[in-house]
This record gives sequence, structure tokens and C-alpha cells, in this order.
Amino acid sequence: AALKALLRSQVSAALKEGRVTPTELCQRCLALIKSTKFLNAYITVAEETALKQAEESEERYKRGQPLGILDGIPVAVKDNFNTAGIETTCASNMLKGYISPYNATVVQKLLDHGAVLLGKTNLDEFAMGSGSTDGVFGPVRNPWSYSKQYKEKSVSKSHSEDEESNWVITGGSSGGSAAAVSSFTCFAALGSDTGGSTRNPAAHCGVVGLKPTYGLISRHGLIPLVNSMDVPGILTRCVDDAAVLLGSLAGHDPKDSTTIQDDFKPFELPNLTDVSKLSIGIPKEYHAPGLSSEILALWSKAADLFKNAGAKVVEVSLPHTCYSIVCYHVLCTAEVASNMARFDGLEYGHRSDMKDSTESMYAATRREGFNDVVRGRILSGNYFLLKQNYEKYFVKAQKVRRLIANDFVKVFRSGVDILLTPTTLSDAAPYTEFIQEDNRTRSAQDDILTQAANMAGLPAINVPTALSERGLPVGLQFIGRSFQEKQLLTVAKWFEKQVQFPVIQLEEVKRHESGVFQHQKSASSS
Amino acid sequence: MAAWGRRGVWRRVRQCGAGRPGPGPAALPRRQSAVACNARGEAVPAGKSGLAPWIPVVGLEIHAQISSNSKLFSGSQVQFAAPPNSLVSFFDASLPGTLPVLNRRCVEAAVMTGLALNCSINKKSLFDRKHYFYADLPAGYQITQQRVPIAVNGSLSYSFCIDNKMSQMVTKTVRIKQIQLEQDSGKSLHDDTRCQTLVDLNRAGVGLMEVVMEPDMCCGEEAAAAVRELQLILQTLGSSQAVMAEGQLRVDANVSVHHPGEPYGVRTEVKNINSIRFLAKAVDYEIQRQIEELENGGTILNETRAFDSKLGCTVPMRDKEGKQDYRFMPEPNLPPLILYDAKSLPANMNHQQVINIDWIHERLPDLPSVKREKLVEQYGILPEHSFTLLNEDGLAEFFESVVKQTQMKPKKVIGWILNDLLSYLKQHSLTVKESPVSSFLLADLLNLLEKKEISSTAAKQVLAELWKGEGRTPLEIVKEQKLELLQDQKELEQICEAVIDGQENE
Repeated sequence: AALKALLRSQVSAALKEGRVTPTELCQRCLALIKSTKFLNAYITVAEETALKQAEESEERYKRGQPLGILDGIPVAVKDNFNTAGIETTCASNMLKGYISPYNATVVQKLLDHGAVLLGKTNLDEFAMGSGSTDGVFGPVRNPWSYSKQYKEKSVSKSHSEDEESNWVITGGSSGGSAAAVSSFTCFAALGSDTGGSTRNPAAHCGVVGLKPTYGLISRHGLIPLVNSMDVPGILTRCVDDAAVLLGSLAGHDPKDSTTIQDDFKPFELPNLTDVSKLSIGIPKEYHAPGLSSEILALWSKAADLFKNAGAKVVEVSLPHTCYSIVCYHVLCTAEVASNMARFDGLEYGHRSDMKDSTESMYAATRREGFNDVVRGRILSGNYFLLKQNYEKYFVKAQKVRRLIANDFVKVFRSGVDILLTPTTLSDAAPYTEFIQEDNRTRSAQDDILTQAANMAGLPAINVPTALSERGLPVGLQFIGRSFQEKQLLTVAKWFEKQVQFPVIQLEEVKRHESGVFQHQKSASSS
Repeated sequence: MAAWGRRGVWRRVRQCGAGRPGPGPAALPRRQSAVACNARGEAVPAGKSGLAPWIPVVGLEIHAQISSNSKLFSGSQVQFAAPPNSLVSFFDASLPGTLPVLNRRCVEAAVMTGLALNCSINKKSLFDRKHYFYADLPAGYQITQQRVPIAVNGSLSYSFCIDNKMSQMVTKTVRIKQIQLEQDSGKSLHDDTRCQTLVDLNRAGVGLMEVVMEPDMCCGEEAAAAVRELQLILQTLGSSQAVMAEGQLRVDANVSVHHPGEPYGVRTEVKNINSIRFLAKAVDYEIQRQIEELENGGTILNETRAFDSKLGCTVPMRDKEGKQDYRFMPEPNLPPLILYDAKSLPANMNHQQVINIDWIHERLPDLPSVKREKLVEQYGILPEHSFTLLNEDGLAEFFESVVKQTQMKPKKVIGWILNDLLSYLKQHSLTVKESPVSSFLLADLLNLLEKKEISSTAAKQVLAELWKGEGRTPLEIVKEQKLELLQDQKELEQICEAVIDGQENE
């Protein structure tokens, strides 16, 4: 067994057959987390509790009563989900050292299914960003920066150049989770997705990133960014694994009134052989300014793939998509301003020493606790919510949001089953290049292809598709109908099989920790 | 002139019997300490003084704590005077990631109240966030219903007596603008000596109904009568215990004055009123203050004032943060609140999941006004007596119980209840439940009187003994103290003869 194995098809069988024990698996992951520490994917590693959970899982396997496919599987969780007893920081000074007294529903569900929680992954502060570069614990490094594939392609760059400056970002804001899955330190991870925060880093890190339909998975315990758009995201190495995670997480939660009432039936994905009955929509508006020619080519190649396999491929129009960025900006900042109001230093989190008055304590606490990005969004959000601005901005943005959502309704009503789009405009940028622009500009550019799905609440998935000329992953996005995850994932799985995305060959880790890594490498090449 | 006809008119020069305001702040010389309320709602022309009359306008915002086991959006228990911060859930403390879950009981209480106040119930209502920073508001916002509240456009009829004369009852109606569901805040306790503020979140998140009354009242007495009637209705419904002393009913009064034919004046909001008596005082004081201020050439500021019950006056409150913009926003974590009626109720809906307005309507108890009518009709008592019976918790039941157990006519029984029982209880600050004389004992006594076994004077004597609560029956007391009336003609003659004989012998 190896850490590179796929959860559903390989690891779970190995565990069942006793070829590997949960404790071994957990220990190997923990070792790899240590050896890949330079990636900065984890904020907190919960070694002790993870080993204890693994031990308990081992007991269940010994008794022949594992809890299911996830029993004993090491997972990681983005550090904006509450975890009882394990620090939850949101990569912010405001919550540094904060230990929640309760588990988020999704965390609890993972534990109830026997999963082993390795730790909490890095992100942009309060999930506000698209690079995983703007957290108080520093940026996350894309594991592909250290891959054989990237190194080989970037030889053109002068050798004299400092190797340090070549590393690329993970995308964000769930960059820690994407890096963790991509670097084999865990088999699956939770992210959150408000404007693309799961799909964007998934694309840059070459993993599957699923944003389910709004309301399918509980948000209870997810520290909110935009309540009306936030969805817990799933990051895995293959589409089948995403379906496993979805099956264990989805369904009504009495603690989240926005979850659907109906029961959710977990499903296995069929192996699609015939796509001729499928209608794939290609939204022309996703041919956005700044889309790299490489990705454009990949996108049309993918469309051809479906066409050649007999599917109907049609160009469709989502005319209001172009307004989604500005609309998102208003709605996001307004909710951020509201959601962040609770961080006043009184009940929990950072509290400034300023004691002149309650008001000055609030002000100092919030100035010290939040970074510029968070404070900037709070400021603009409060501006949009002012009585004299509310109609002009907030109400208008809500109307635009409805138009954007209606675009999708119309397209799906016209008979299109699934939309196929790029996930990102280009492959991952080097960190040094990425930080040239401010967070707001970057987020606006990077979310452009993913955001509309959040506006409409639709399920969407990134499927790693190919490597770019620079040797970095590029993904494509499938957007499905509301609550039609099974159809979406079935198509994604078919596509995944066609494209045969290459496995990452981690050079750096090999150098750092040759023992562990060589073992895995041999297993993965089998 | 519509407003003119409906509202009472105040003039500085008339004296008002009740509700004389206390001494004002030193800065405000009081030439006339009281003004009159024309409770009949008639226009009073300018008096001999030649001054144009003033029309006071009073509107009320009333927060009623919903009587419910748990809070509006969390499972925490609701209880008065529990140890500080002992009833606080993760949500109440606004821990990050927690979400509101609406309490069905609170919705039902609001629907009941809305129906009892003749409101139309909105089948779809919405929740909003109202933002402000305050230590006892942990989330930085209150969840309320700003845009579409649960109930709108109702009315409340209330009655009161003029010049304290029971015989002159006047009935008026105030329009109810809306009833909205919202969260209560916690409590801040300021420790000035140590420069600390202590926060108790037990109350944070308790369900409130905010009842907004239109400015249809014109004096403290009207405001007090309207609130009293609302209080009785809430208590009858059980939707709120509505005990003002425990903060379950909190009243803010919006007060302004203007001359006839002119637009409403600038209004002030009077807060910190914690009894119905103080409400009348606070409103009357504020009206008087505004009139004097204006007549002295001053202006009224749109401000919040607090009623100081010790000084009997209103004083400006220090504003929390100057002018507030609450930055209202839809609450994204709560879907619209959908209510059904018999017509719109979906066929195969889980009954636990839905609230049926008609179902609640059919089960509303008799409201105070109906109860009063029934009492008047059934027992032939005066309308004003029915008010007194309902004003004291349990008194109407006591009365009915006595009536059932005695042959005495209800019209006579009521006298004993109101003149003897009630005044005794009031004198000794007792509730009806605490009465040392049970309805059974009183009925017993009244039966002796009705059967002419004792005189009315003797009955009072027996009652005086009964108050002692020594467990003796009226009959025992009568016998002990030999209070029986003599019914035997012969015996009476013998006594008379003996007395006459005695006289003659002298």
C-alpha cells in the first residue's frame, strides 16, 4: 500500500485485507507531513489525536467492524472548520490560539465515518484570497513547484536564478488542503468554496475539487465568508473518491436551516461507456479576457473529446456572467462586514490591551487581529450597507445575482446537461509574480470562471486535465444542475479516465526524505 | 382636521387629577406642574390665556419577551435570575461557525399574539440583521424582522376611566403597525468603581415580540391603559408572562407635541420605563416638558431620553455612538419564514414542519374583552367591575367560584369581592392566590348573610376574623362571638320584655 493510492479503489481494500493498518497509514502521512513542511500546507498537525483515532480504527478493523470506506483514512481539514480540541485559526491573528468547543458538522461526520484527522490546513486569512498567500502563517507552496515535471520544463530559466524564487502558488483560498492532497500527505481534504476557493487550488495543484450544490452539505461549524455562497468543498485525487466523501458528508443538518430537508442517498459512480445521450454546453462568456491560449486549446480539445465520443456539444450563452465579479464584490463584502462584527475581542479570540474604553478596545482588537484584506472588505461592505447605499449597491447586486442564476436555469432548461469550462485563466503563477498585484485585483481575476456557480448555488467540479508547457497542472470545470451531483460526477469520472492526468513526481521530497518516498514511488508506478 | 378630532388636546392651563409629574430638573422652571388630558378625545379650543392648544402625540414600541422554554434561535433555556452566563449556548455567545435555528414555539406565540391583536399574519416573513457594536450583543448584530415582519396592521381596543371615576369608562383603539420577532440582547453591568463592564449573556437570544403601536394616543393615561390591555392579552394567551418588573415587557414611548393643523412635532423617545404607573408619569412629564420647552422658545431634539423614576422626570440619555446607521441586511442563514393556513397547507406535509395559522386561530382562548363581556352578561355586573375583576390575576376566577357556591346574587357578591376582599389584599400587598380567605370560606360567609342568619355588620366582623386565617369556619366564628340574628319570634319577644322589665325596675 502507498500513500499515492486512491482511497476508494485501493487503500480501503488494503485496509480491509490487512495489508496496511490505519496506524501505519497515519504514521506515514505524519512523517510525510514533516518532510514536506516547507510546503506550509498545514497550520496545525494533530499528531496525538490522529494516532489515537487511527488506533481506534485499527481496533474496529481487528473486530471486523470497520465503519465504512473512510474508516482509518487520513484526512485534512481547512483551518476555517471548527474542530473540538484542535486549534482553529482561519490563518488570522484574530483566532490564533482559538480552540473551538465543538466540531463542525462535516468534521463530525468524517470522524463518525472513522476518518483520521491529521490536522488543519493553511489558507488565506478568513478564506479571503485566491492564492493561499495572505494568511498570517505565510504562503502555501505548490507541491508541483518541486516536481520533476516542473523542474524539467523550467530549465530554460537560467540556473543561476535562485531556485527559491521559482516556486508557484497553490491558488486559494483552500491552498493548504489542495497541497496536502497533491503531496500525498492525506487522502482527502475539506476546503470551502465561496467564489472558487476549492476548485481554483484544485486546478493549480492537479487534484479533484468538488463544490457541491448549496444546501447539500451543512455549513454548521464552517467559519463563514459569505453565508449565502459558502459551501464545504471536497479535495481528492480522483472523482470516485470525491463521491465517497460527498456520500459521507451530504444531507440535512438540523443545525443548518439552509440545508435541504430530503435525505441524501450516497451513490457509487457508474463507468460511463456511452456519452452519446449527453449534451455538453460550452458557455461562450467563459472565453474571458486573460484566458491563456494554452488553456483555451485544452478546453476545445476537451470539447472535441466529448464530440468525438458522440456527445452533443453546443455553444451556450450566460449573458450576465460578466457582471458576476462586481456583483460578488458587493455581496461578499457586505456579508463579510456583517460576519466579522462578532470579532470584538470580548467572547473569544484576540483582545487588544487597549483599555481606554470599550470602543477603543474594539478598534484596536480589530486593527491588530485582521489583515489589510479583511479590513478592506469590512470597510467596503459597511459602505454598501449604509442606508443611503443599500438600494444602489446591495439590492442591485442581489438582482444581478438572480439574473446570473437565471442564465443557468435557462441553459439547463434548453436541454444542456453539463457545462464545460476552464477552471482558471492560466496555470499557477510563481509566488514572486503573484504578489505583485493586490488581493482584490487577483481575486477578481482568479474567481472569474468559478464564481458564477456560487452565485447560482450549482455543483461544480475541477478535473485535472493536463500539464501546461511549464509542467504545471491545468484543470477544467464541469458545472451541473442543482442537486444533480451524481450526473456531474459521472461525467467528470468519464472525462478523468479519458485524459489520464499524470501523477506528480516529487523530486524535493525524494531528496529530503528518500526512504519514505522511494517506497511510495515504487508502489505508485505499479 | 382628522387628527384634531381623534386626539386629545392639551393646554398648559388645565389641571389634571391623576399623574401629576414630579419635580423637573433644576434647569427647567416649572410654571405649571401639570396639564390636562382630554380623555374624551374632544377638541378643546384655545383657552382664555389665548395660547394655541397643544396636541400631544404618543406612540409606543413594546418589547415582550416570549414565554418559551428555549431561546429564539438556540436550545438554551430561558429563565429569569439564573446565575450569570449559565444559560448560554455556543450560538448565543456567537462562536464562529454557529448558525441560528428558529424556535417553533416563538413563531406560534407571535402568530397567536398577532391574531389576538387583529393583525394580518404574513404568510412569508423575513429575518434581517441589525448591526451595532455593544458589549452585550455578541454577534455585533441583532436578528430581527425589519423588512417583512410576521404580523402587520392590527388594532387594540382599551378602556379607562375619566377623572378616576369608575362610572365614566371610555374605550379607544390604537392601531398596531406590526409585530416582529427578534432576539433579546444580553445585559451589561457597569462597575464604575473598578471601571469594568460585566456581561451576562443569559438573556442574549431570548425571543422577543416587538409590538409597534401607531401614535394614536395622547397622554400617559391612554398609553398606560393600552399597555395594560396588551399585558392582559399576552398573559391570557400565554405568549408572554409580560411582567414589567422582570423586564418581560419593556415599553419605549415616542412623544411629540404640535399645534392643531400643523405637522407633528419633533419626537423624543423615552426609555427605561419599568412599570405601567411610571409609563403614565413619564409620558405626561415628557409632554409637559416639550410644551414648556417650545413655549419658552426652545426646540425639541430628536433624542433618546430616560425616565428617572426617583426624580419623576426624563433626562437625555448619552447616545451609544452618536447617530446610528444599523446597516440592515437580510439574514442569510435563515430561509424565509413560511406560514400556512387551511387553504395553503400542502397535503403531504409533515405537521411538525409547518405552522397552520387557522389551527392556532381556532384554539385562541377568550381574550380579556370577551371575558369581560361574558362576566357582564352572565352575572349582570357593571362593565367597570368586569375591568377590575380582570385586572387582578385570578380575581375573576375567585369571583366566579364564590358565585357558584353561594345563593347570593352575583351583583351583591361583586361588592364583597371588590370592596372587602380586594381592598384587604391591596392593603396587605397580597395577590389573590395568597388570600387568607378562600372562595369557599367567603361563599360560606355570604351564605350565612343571604340566609339572614347574620347581619351585614356581623358578616364584616366575621370576615375580619377570617383574615386572621386561623382555620375557623364562618359558622364557628358566628357561634363563638354570638353574632347570630334572632329568628325566633318568641325568643325575641322574651328578650325585649326582659329589657323593658329591666328599664322599669330601674
